[in-house]
Amino acid sequence: MTDQAGGSTSTNFLPDSLKGHEAKVAYVAIITLGVLLSFVWSGATRWPQEWVLPLEGWITDGINWLKREAHIFGVQVKDITRAIGATLKLPIKWAEYLLFRGMKPLGLGPLPWVAVTAGVALLGHWIGGIRLAMLCLLSFLYLSFFHLWKDSMQTMAVVLVAVPLAALIGLGLGIWVTRSKRAAKIISPIFDLMQATPHMAYLAPVAAFFAAGPVTALIATVVFAMPPMARCTILGLQTVPSDILESGKMSGCTQRQLLWKVALPSAKRTLMLGLNQVVMQTLAMVVIASIAGQPGLGHKLLYSLQQLRIGLAIEQGIAITLLAIVLDRLTQGFAYREVDHFAATKSFLQRNWHWIAFIAILIVSYVAAEYFREVKILARKQTFSFAREMNDGIREFNKIAYPFLNPFKEWMTTYVLLNIRDFFLWLPWPVFVGTVALAAWRLGKAPVLWLCLALMASFIVTGFWVETMQTTYLVLISGIFCVLIGVPIGIWCSRSERVANITMSVCDTLQTFPSFIYLIPAIMLFNVSIFSNVIAIIPYATVPAIRYTYLGLKGISPVTIEAAKMNGATPSQSLWKVELPIAVPEIMLGINQTIMMALAMTAITALIGSTDLGQEVVRAISTQNYGRGILCGFFIAALGIIADRLIQAWASERKKQLGFNE
Amino acid sequence: MSDIKISCRNMWKVFGANPHAFMNRHNGAPTDEDFKAEGYIGAVRDVSFDVHEGEILMIMGLSGSGKSTVIRCLTRLNDPTSGTMTYEGRDLLAANEEELIDLRRHNMGMVFQNFGLLPHRNVLENVAFPLEMQGMENSKRIARAKEMVDLVGLGGRETYFPGELSGGQQQRVGIARSLAVEPDIWFLDEPFSALDPLIRAEMQDEFIRLQKLLNKTIVFITHDFEEATKLADRIGIMKDGKMVQMDTAEQLVLNPADDYVAKFAKNAPHERIISVGAVMKPAKGKLATSTVPKSAKIGDVAAQVLDSDLPCAVVDDAGKKVGMISRKMISEVLFGERA
Repeated sequence: MTDQAGGSTSTNFLPDSLKGHEAKVAYVAIITLGVLLSFVWSGATRWPQEWVLPLEGWITDGINWLKREAHIFGVQVKDITRAIGATLKLPIKWAEYLLFRGMKPLGLGPLPWVAVTAGVALLGHWIGGIRLAMLCLLSFLYLSFFHLWKDSMQTMAVVLVAVPLAALIGLGLGIWVTRSKRAAKIISPIFDLMQATPHMAYLAPVAAFFAAGPVTALIATVVFAMPPMARCTILGLQTVPSDILESGKMSGCTQRQLLWKVALPSAKRTLMLGLNQVVMQTLAMVVIASIAGQPGLGHKLLYSLQQLRIGLAIEQGIAITLLAIVLDRLTQGFAYREVDHFAATKSFLQRNWHWIAFIAILIVSYVAAEYFREVKILARKQTFSFAREMNDGIREFNKIAYPFLNPFKEWMTTYVLLNIRDFFLWLPWPVFVGTVALAAWRLGKAPVLWLCLALMASFIVTGFWVETMQTTYLVLISGIFCVLIGVPIGIWCSRSERVANITMSVCDTLQTFPSFIYLIPAIMLFNVSIFSNVIAIIPYATVPAIRYTYLGLKGISPVTIEAAKMNGATPSQSLWKVELPIAVPEIMLGINQTIMMALAMTAITALIGSTDLGQEVVRAISTQNYGRGILCGFFIAALGIIADRLIQAWASERKKQLGFNE
Repeated sequence: MSDIKISCRNMWKVFGANPHAFMNRHNGAPTDEDFKAEGYIGAVRDVSFDVHEGEILMIMGLSGSGKSTVIRCLTRLNDPTSGTMTYEGRDLLAANEEELIDLRRHNMGMVFQNFGLLPHRNVLENVAFPLEMQGMENSKRIARAKEMVDLVGLGGRETYFPGELSGGQQQRVGIARSLAVEPDIWFLDEPFSALDPLIRAEMQDEFIRLQKLLNKTIVFITHDFEEATKLADRIGIMKDGKMVQMDTAEQLVLNPADDYVAKFAKNAPHERIISVGAVMKPAKGKLATSTVPKSAKIGDVAAQVLDSDLPCAVVDDAGKKVGMISRKMISEVLFGERA
């Protein structure tokens, strides 16, 4: 096995034309030429102004034309988007009526918080017993008693509409892909690209056509949250054991019965996993959509952060986190819910007490709300806030910690971050393009090469080279930190079961937090600075590096490790010469994920003052500069796609060499 | 012989990019070299046989021999590339989707190697599934399913889910489900291969018990020659997609068509396959007073013959003396030429 891992690298890894040292020479040549070119032609560092393709203006004009004048079959585009907006507004309006506005058409108030809290707790009990019920209960009590109820319900209203929409569309597309080869050919690559596209990129184009607010948030959220459902549907349907499908056919199923009664129920676990991801993505996106005018918790948090009201931000952040954890546990618990064997032997009351209790509480609380306002919603004076105390505490802490934290921050900023930034801003684009193209070419995949070239050209010729490099350097630095932290932790996990258990549960928890939350501690400790951007990215993006390293090492067949031992390898020799080389493709996929997440988070750090593509998107949305917003969103996605394609191509090539089936 | 239930002639199943064009190119009979040269796989090659009413036909072969593909062609889970197939005289390949579904709902039952149970339905609902597809009303199909569950000895576990049952129990559910529609023909695709040896033996006995009760026409796939000899009326041996020989176990042992069949037959328990009639000699000299029936297996009469000092007379069903069998003949079957 060791032989296999080491030996095959030197053979058919590269296309015949370019092997080991030749490739090195080629890289050096490209870099030298690029640098030399930049000395004689200033256009190599910054694309000449007169050559800039005015795509930004064209897009803005195009959208303005579409919105004002364009017709499709005699119907104004404006009217179409307005109709879509109105249609989508309807379910949101009802969710809002129900959760916090009050159902004026029915003459009823909104659901009293007492009823909602009890309902969620009962749901928790039905799904996961008393522990989950307590989690739900305490979380919702928190929302109410910290005066975050209305904001939370505002956020939940969009979640409530977006989740079923995204889940159904994802399910439908997933089914379609498994049934039609042509659909698979068209849709699968789109999903691949969407996977590598961060939240921010979706907001600008939607915001261009729809008014700021819940409808924009809903559309962007559905589009963003749908692919995991589709992917899980495809995966679930494709992995239904053939015996089960054949037994369904032999039972005389029609095609439709086979799908709905056999295949989909058999894939339930995977489908529920998809639903769980949809819910988590939805919450994350709804919160971020606050930059496109979605009110609610995200909006309040954004405001608090920008005002540096850290105490308040922490309370709001906790609310978002609690919502995320509750939704996560509920959907996961539902997937693994034990089935009651003895349901049939129980009375109607025993079987349905959750429902009965909820309806009873609902009616009682509605009636009570007429007389006692606090049943409907708690007034501010009835709620708590420790924001001021927390602010004081943080100020004290920072006072004490400043002598330690600040030099560290200053040192990192001056000697590491700024140097790397300056390097990237100096970097002539031919060097960047040449290096990436050579890497793609060495992988021997022509489509990857062309895709990378086209994407790189897009941000160079439109004059966004500098902004793109601002993002690239932040992603790169954070990515390097994540890998330096994550890979060793992953290795440590693979050595110790106990460490692994603790780390994996920490990772699980970190992954439930919507990305927005990570801004809070960064701001708290390091204020608005480049360094705090990096600090916000690291905990978010390190998780996959840890996880994939651990899984990659864990997945190595024990026989291989035993063989290494019997060949006399010390534990460290076994790790470096046997295990890591075999696990490298898996680890690279983790690093790929890390880069994707770092990219998504970098864009979000725009909200705490990073100056990069994300910042451009945020600004463009608020100034209605559609072209700029759409382009910058697209460039963020382009960076993600370039990194993703290169790493995936490399990893799959390497896996093939190592003889792993994918 | 009795009525023919299923008959297939010159059946081919070819896997590859364009199997029909490939078959046409080679006039419907490609050779080993053709397959290799064009990268096609001949899972089933020119197979012809009949399944008779009420018999247990076992198809045996190692993995990759094409036996599973044959049963999938007979059930049209896979459509054969060429050849003809009839079910009770009807052209099975001409049946459209609707007719096929109808056939599967009423006439065919199938048991799968990995059980193929629906994980989201309990035992009773799994067994009732084909009846539900038929459109049988709820109370009726539950009653019928309950009957089937009792038949396979799982009474009391109706509300268990497949994941909570052992392998043997899961396969009992699979058997109950396949029998729920009272099929005319029963397909079993390596039903006991995924089970532990002890459970496997138990399930084979269970199978024999059920077949005595139900007397179905059965096509049974196995890779285990011993299992085949224990359960089969006739055995077809497949190799590389071809049907090498199809005959009774006794004939396979006594007259193997080639070395491949002989190799299988060599390790089979001869005393349970070979009957007295196959090794007896014409009666001559002094015989013992006790007689043995001609149709008895050697294993069943061995003790009696070995105990007797003189050879025993062999009699047919009518009691007429037709030959004799000696200790030497018995020991030759038991230990003789094989050793």
